[in-house]
Amino acid sequence: MENLQELVSAALANVDHAQGVQALDQVRVDYLGKKGQITALLKTLGKLSKEERPLAGAKINEAKQQVEVAIAAKKSLLEAAELNKKLASETVDITLPGRGQKTGGLHPVTRTLQRIESFFNSAGYNVEVGPEVEDNFHNFDALNIPAHHPARAMHDTFYFDAQTLLRTHTSPVQIRTMEKQEPPIRIICPGRVYRCDSDLTHTPMFHQVEGLLVDKNVSFADLKGTVQQFLRVFFEDEELNVRFRPSYFPFTEPSAEFDIEWAASKTGWLEVGGCGMVHPNVLTASGVDPEKYMGFAFGLGVERLAMLRYGVSDLRMFFENDLKFLEQFN
Amino acid sequence: MKFSESWLREQVSPALTTQQLTAQLTMAGLEVDGVEAVAADFTGIVVGQVVKREQHPDADKLSLCQVSDGTETFQIVCGASNVRVGLKIPFAKIGARLPSPDGKGFKIKKAKLRGVESFGMLCAEAEMGMSDSSDGLMELPADAPLGKDIREYLQLDDSVIEVDLTPNRADCLSINGLAREVGTLNKEDVMAQQVADVAATIDDSVAVTLSAVDACPKYLGRVIKGVNVQAQTPLWMVEKLRRSDIRAIDPIVDVTNFVLLEMGQPMHAFDMAKLDGGIDVRMAKSGEALTLLGGQEVTLSDDTLVIADQSKALAIAGVMGGEFSAVSGDTQDIFLELAYFNPVSIAGKARNYGLHTDSSHRFERGVDYHLQAKAAQRATQLILDICGGQAGPVVQAIDESAMPKPLEVTLRAARVKQVLALELPAAEIEEMLTRLGMTVANIEGGWRVDVPSYRFDIAIEADLIEEIARIYGYNLLPVNTPQAALELAVQPEVNTAIQTIKHFWVDRGYQEAITYSFVDPKTQKLVDPSVDGLELANPISADMSVMRSTLWVGLIKAAEHNLNRQQETVRLFETGLRFIPKDGELDQHQVISGLICGSRLVKGWSNGSDKVDFFDLKGDVEAMLALGGDADIRFEVGSHSALHPGQCAAIFKGDKQIGLLGALHPELQKKLGIKTQLYVYELVLADVREGVLPEFKAVSKVPERNYDLAFIVEESVQWSQVEHIIRKNAGELLTNVTLFDVYRGQGIENGRKSLALGLTWQDPSRTLNDEEITSWVDNVVSALAEGLAAQLRG
Repeated sequence: MENLQELVSAALANVDHAQGVQALDQVRVDYLGKKGQITALLKTLGKLSKEERPLAGAKINEAKQQVEVAIAAKKSLLEAAELNKKLASETVDITLPGRGQKTGGLHPVTRTLQRIESFFNSAGYNVEVGPEVEDNFHNFDALNIPAHHPARAMHDTFYFDAQTLLRTHTSPVQIRTMEKQEPPIRIICPGRVYRCDSDLTHTPMFHQVEGLLVDKNVSFADLKGTVQQFLRVFFEDEELNVRFRPSYFPFTEPSAEFDIEWAASKTGWLEVGGCGMVHPNVLTASGVDPEKYMGFAFGLGVERLAMLRYGVSDLRMFFENDLKFLEQFN
Repeated sequence: MKFSESWLREQVSPALTTQQLTAQLTMAGLEVDGVEAVAADFTGIVVGQVVKREQHPDADKLSLCQVSDGTETFQIVCGASNVRVGLKIPFAKIGARLPSPDGKGFKIKKAKLRGVESFGMLCAEAEMGMSDSSDGLMELPADAPLGKDIREYLQLDDSVIEVDLTPNRADCLSINGLAREVGTLNKEDVMAQQVADVAATIDDSVAVTLSAVDACPKYLGRVIKGVNVQAQTPLWMVEKLRRSDIRAIDPIVDVTNFVLLEMGQPMHAFDMAKLDGGIDVRMAKSGEALTLLGGQEVTLSDDTLVIADQSKALAIAGVMGGEFSAVSGDTQDIFLELAYFNPVSIAGKARNYGLHTDSSHRFERGVDYHLQAKAAQRATQLILDICGGQAGPVVQAIDESAMPKPLEVTLRAARVKQVLALELPAAEIEEMLTRLGMTVANIEGGWRVDVPSYRFDIAIEADLIEEIARIYGYNLLPVNTPQAALELAVQPEVNTAIQTIKHFWVDRGYQEAITYSFVDPKTQKLVDPSVDGLELANPISADMSVMRSTLWVGLIKAAEHNLNRQQETVRLFETGLRFIPKDGELDQHQVISGLICGSRLVKGWSNGSDKVDFFDLKGDVEAMLALGGDADIRFEVGSHSALHPGQCAAIFKGDKQIGLLGALHPELQKKLGIKTQLYVYELVLADVREGVLPEFKAVSKVPERNYDLAFIVEESVQWSQVEHIIRKNAGELLTNVTLFDVYRGQGIENGRKSLALGLTWQDPSRTLNDEEITSWVDNVVSALAEGLAAQLRG
């Protein structure tokens, strides 16, 4: 028993020097295992007298516990060190780019149209579309633009034959909707339109979005309010100044063009669209009684809105489909 | 239309600046396109006269002149070629300030030119900012008062206003019409020119026959004999014309142009000596020839109205006169024509001959059908004043039945209030309409309004309401938010929104393209030779002349555009109409198309550099088709001349083919000059969108049983055949078949391949036993052996 103290000191020194979990476990086996040195001391208790036994036993157990605590402490130390080592070895350069496909993007015209559609959807307007190869009736006659009317010449129409053409505006969709649906009608009609004109500020194909509301008791004031609200939410500018100028469209009466206040423009105003109260002849041609119902319609050029919103300077870029252009809107 | 502001102000001159006036016009619907000062800002230029001219002693091209300002004479060195003794010119004296390009202006000082002193400068129009360029000095009339300030003499403190009128406002294509508008807008009376009848002093006249009364129901003519066409057109008239961009030609033409601008009545003067008998207003004979003013020769078609004499066409009615019968320097006697032509008969005619004239512009839009007599008197008086002569009686040919009928429109006060959401005092409405020249009578609940003969745009109540709104001011009218019933809209759940589909492709790394609907016919034919594309009659260019029958044409062009600009990977999709003519009908319907080429993933440190192939695009298309939840989709071997015969799939939904997918045919790629292999698809959008409503099936709690097998089959055997046989023979409890490996190479005979696949079964309520699995596997093995000569791999 005299060497118990030495034994404990030696065990603690070994624990302290153990280089790793395995070595530490060897220390445990050497001292506390079945054949360990401290365990062996316990087996010698039988040789002691009854009186001596409890005291000696308690001392050995105390020594055993002392070593066990040291081992446990050392073990958690070693485990933490090992974990740290493992973690260090697993460290990656988190600034490297991620793996996989990049995202694409919507065309700026679609992006613009989707915003417009969502504004009007939320106010109960439905989206309607129609054919692009149209007939004279829906593109002109039903819209109160008879043959030989000077307004037809203004449209620079693409023809296939005397009766068939590429629609010059989305207004035929108004007619097609009123032909099949009873008022009240609240629709917007987005889509491609075509004019035989190509220069810096015109492409022979472009997009329009047109709105139509037909109901009882619709006034010019409602039209002004709708257009003004739309432009303000579109440009996210509650203070945006909108003005209405008398103009001429055969299918509306009264007719107006609307401008927004725009600092970069020479006159301080920029024309963005046309509108008016649906002409009674148009309602009649579509089977709606103009004494019972009134309506308003408005139309805007989508590319123009997109150009203003995103600062695009060249209209023609919209249809070149250059990735370096398209990806700017992702 | 361009006009002089001061001319307008002769009739009505509200207390507005030029800027206020033009803003007012724009806001009344007469859009002002431009305002320009008539002359630059200069001072110190007076009327001078060259009293002596001799050669400069040391310069061939310079003259040494003595110029008088009426009180003194100055020595001036001048380089203009038209300088001559007696000529009156604008004379900038020492101290005068002239415009300069930098805007600062420069001062005239005493100068030495080639050793000779010069005390001032003689001016051309351009030097005073009156025109862009000029040829020599401005020549002033002989009666110009010496020493008079030129700004005052030529009334240069004036602006030219250009209004861009909409086609409905032909009534404003004259000073009188514009003055009426300005008067109404400002509630000021208009001082119109006084026109007195000019009595006939001779009996000469020309007989007029109206042979096409629908096109020309009214024609007035007047003979004026003994006119001096060499007379000088007065400066005030020349200046007014100039400010409307009309060059003075001779006094007769100048007067007709002046009356056109002033009153809006186009007219024409014929040389009496060139007329063969009476005038006939008739339709042209097909093929009839006419040489127009300016020398252009046209061959007339029989839908064109002409003014003819007994032997020939003299003019295209309402468009342009002929050269033969035009007034010339030798003309003694003239025949003045004023007509009313039906706008429909004139519309488009000028354009058919490549012409557009001040006259056709007005007649196409409508000329006041009561104006002719008054305009005839006005023109006669001006011609007699300037050129002298003797006027004959005004001869009028008219067919009342073909004349426009005066219109009467009822205007209800309640309707005005309803449309404008504003109650206007009756007196205000009455004043507006009266000032616009309408006769307004009170009736129960509103007014009966007589539409003036110059307002071709007013036929119904709404037209009058627009007038009221316009004069009141659109921007002063109330603003409101529409009220409507809060009804919910029907939205079929099985229809996938187009937006969802577009976002699907965006998430998969595709950029949306928008390509032109009309394409190059050569590419169209190469890509889709089986379709005769719909051709435009008037394309904007040859390479945009046929409607696409597939979006591939545009997408391929877009890919090419990007590949030529150092892009290696292109992923595009587009939705839009394709146009397929068939049996005389046109089928136009929405499709969705896409194209990929280049790397599978973005080039990167860990992404590898694999190129895309057929299965990349197929995977994306399959995933899109799964959006609607409909499993009834099949890919079968397809064929299309644009696609690689070995890599072309026809996509079926049930029994209907809804699209194609494949690699672009190498031959086509070669013809298009594209080296990177492209893969494309196109599907009918309506079929893509249509899905099925989910239907619940109980989820089994018992474990699945799996079994893996490998077969060796001929290379030509398709996976879909294998799958079909397995599904038919593996029992009803089979829930899944997965192909997890396709192997060719060592251990497998050439021309054959090994397919490794996994089968999964599950019963809703019990665990399947080994015997059952074995028997299904045996069935599959023998069915594949029998059907496809598949050999189980050991």
